[in-house]
Amino acid sequence: MLLASQIEDVINKNLDCTFIKVKGDDGTHFEAIIVSTLFEDKSIIKQHQMVYQALGDMMRQEIHALSMKTLTPEQWKNN
Amino acid sequence: MTENIKIKKLIDDNQVLLFMKGNPKFPQCGFSSLACQVLDACGSKYETFDVLLDPEVREGIKLYSNWPTIPQLYIKGEFVGGADIIKEMYESGELTKLISQG
Repeated sequence: MLLASQIEDVINKNLDCTFIKVKGDDGTHFEAIIVSTLFEDKSIIKQHQMVYQALGDMMRQEIHALSMKTLTPEQWKNN
Repeated sequence: MTENIKIKKLIDDNQVLLFMKGNPKFPQCGFSSLACQVLDACGSKYETFDVLLDPEVREGIKLYSNWPTIPQLYIKGEFVGGADIIKEMYESGELTKLISQG
């Protein structure tokens, strides 16, 4: 079964994150908070696309749903 | 290619269009259901397309927007986002504004 920590590792490997936390224990539905300087000056659509990109085939095949919140370090500090 | 033309036409012909699993009365997925609730709360008319009834559109729309999940909301021909983004935009008031500008 797919674990939240595996998703965390894959995103972390392919996207430079300041902070990442993925939750979810049913193997298909997950929730993530991802903070990265790479999100600066990007639209929210672009930010989510970057995370999907980092997950690659995993997103198409194994993950049914990943609910996510993407933040820049600045936004995270003020959150 | 044909499904791309079909998708383009759907998006162009409908001012506010939600690609979803199921329909607003019987959504087949929690995220599609959430998207409908948010659009209902905006109080504006919207059309939906059930991707479960059309496998070509179901796969085609993911390529069209470079977005791997359903639901997907389009307003005036533009991809707005999936369930998370729709919800966030509703909470900030942005979505109601975008729809009512129609």
